Amino acid sequence: MIGLIGRKIGMTQLFDEKGDLVPVTVIQAGPCRVIHRKTEEKHGYNAVQLSYEETSKEHLPKPVAGQFEKHGSPYYKYLREFRLKMYTDIEEGEVFDVSMFTENEILMISGTSKGKGFAGVMKRHNFSGFEQSHGVHESFRGPGSIGQCATPARVFKGSKLPGHVGDEKVTVKNLKVVKVDTEKNLVMVKGAVPGHRNSIVTLRKEL
Amino acid sequence: MDIVHQASKDQLRTDLPEFRVGDTIKVHYKIKEGSKERIQIFQGIVIQKRGMQMSTTFTVRKISNGIAVERIFPLHSPHIDKIEVVRYGRVRRAKLFYLRKAKGKAARVSEKKRY
Repeated sequence: MIGLIGRKIGMTQLFDEKGDLVPVTVIQAGPCRVIHRKTEEKHGYNAVQLSYEETSKEHLPKPVAGQFEKHGSPYYKYLREFRLKMYTDIEEGEVFDVSMFTENEILMISGTSKGKGFAGVMKRHNFSGFEQSHGVHESFRGPGSIGQCATPARVFKGSKLPGHVGDEKVTVKNLKVVKVDTEKNLVMVKGAVPGHRNSIVTLRKEL
Repeated sequence: MDIVHQASKDQLRTDLPEFRVGDTIKVHYKIKEGSKERIQIFQGIVIQKRGMQMSTTFTVRKISNGIAVERIFPLHSPHIDKIEVVRYGRVRRAKLFYLRKAKGKAARVSEKKRY
């Protein structure tokens, strides 16, 4: 797997060659420089560490800045590791951009989903709640019974209860590339991508 | 948002005439039947325009054999062959949903002269 780091810009619609409207997410991705190369012999697995969005030295912790200085590359804001399934001759210092993607290619995109706060069971676990009338009182969106009485006299672990939702890593598979704009570093994929606008996402493809 | 609009800019249509809500228009719509393509004309009053840039749509309402028909078209659709403005209408609303309930004389839109 290899890919790019990018920012989700927003959603719009495009017409395909049949004239049908296709919902697309616009992602600004790359260029990404290979900062670190991990190999089977040395690290136990094959991977590349990619960087995204240039910044200045003052904005980075010293140990991170040192990584970039090692091969005289500019400073970058974001670093992500991409596992490689097999050995490939990618070297440190190589730069990837959106031209690595072609139309109709299938991608896997990961991002941090929008935080929903402390949510009830209807939102969190798709419980159906109660009727809005017909004698229901004091409980419209509750979980209902969460267990029995004297045996077992406790709530089982793992019971579906209210709690925090969102703000976690979500991966969406099978997103088709609709359009690639190499000039503006844009990739347009069919469908939705996790996260809010301007959030960092990683795009991965089979190598 | 600006990048989003720029990304779809090359698909926007500039060849269509300007029309507003209340105008009576003819939409020449391309319909594909198997391998053949023909053009169907849908004539009626524009009762709403919504969305921006690529996602702009407009709704055309007409009375066909005593039954009201409303059709929503994406403004920038490549299926639209051309649009003709038949009559300019004088209206004081952005959306003409009151036409759905109006009967007889109330269901008309008076003509406006535009220069």
